[in-house]
Amino acid sequence: MKITVRYFASVREQLNQSHELVETSAIDLNGLREELVARGEPYAQALGLGKAIRMALNQQVSDGEVALLPDAEVAFFPPVTGG
Amino acid sequence: MGFTVHIQTEDFDLSHEVAMLRAGQPAVGAVCSFVGTVRDRNEGDAVSSLELEHYPGMTEKAIQGMMTQAAERFDVLGARVIHRVGLMQPLDQIVLVVVTSAHRGQSFQACEFLMDYLKTQAPFWKKEATPSGYRWVDARVSDDKALARWGIELSNASGNQ
Repeated sequence: MKITVRYFASVREQLNQSHELVETSAIDLNGLREELVARGEPYAQALGLGKAIRMALNQQVSDGEVALLPDAEVAFFPPVTGG
Repeated sequence: MGFTVHIQTEDFDLSHEVAMLRAGQPAVGAVCSFVGTVRDRNEGDAVSSLELEHYPGMTEKAIQGMMTQAAERFDVLGARVIHRVGLMQPLDQIVLVVVTSAHRGQSFQACEFLMDYLKTQAPFWKKEATPSGYRWVDARVSDDKALARWGIELSNASGNQ
């Protein structure tokens, strides 16, 4: 399935892009993250396990076990620092 | 004026926003507001400017959801949140939360609740300019603890995922 992946803040800078269309067979957000990390650098550095990365599915903060759906909008970003 | 959220690059005027929230609302007996501003120091370093990034769409939804929760928990009549994005300098205003209620206790509490929530769960990111270059501001565990006081255990700064 095709999904849109968006990146913010330090993750966006490390990947040098704010969004991309991704063809994925991952069943959930963790699976998608693993697929991206498996691409190698700069993904491995930006999204690797052990990095404090927050995820959103269709603009809702989600944990890694949430199932992916076709045309989903997924986002990866660091902990937030507004206010 | 209900419960509204605005994300904008422009500055805001506290008096104007309070007037908008109070207009035609004679049940209001208390107005509580918080304004966050850009400091010239952070983590011991001078800060010359601050750039705020956000996730358009998600930010508004997240804050609207926080206001819905505030309205369920507290006896409030209205709320207004304004958060600026883009480039700012020390002394600039960044964020405004205004809450109205019949009596002061509920608006005091709801205002603090909304700020604690927004700090750790609204998708904004700060990047600051210091003498040694640009750096992304780190999230604080103390902000997670502030939200936990309200019985909401959500990690932002705490824990890797």
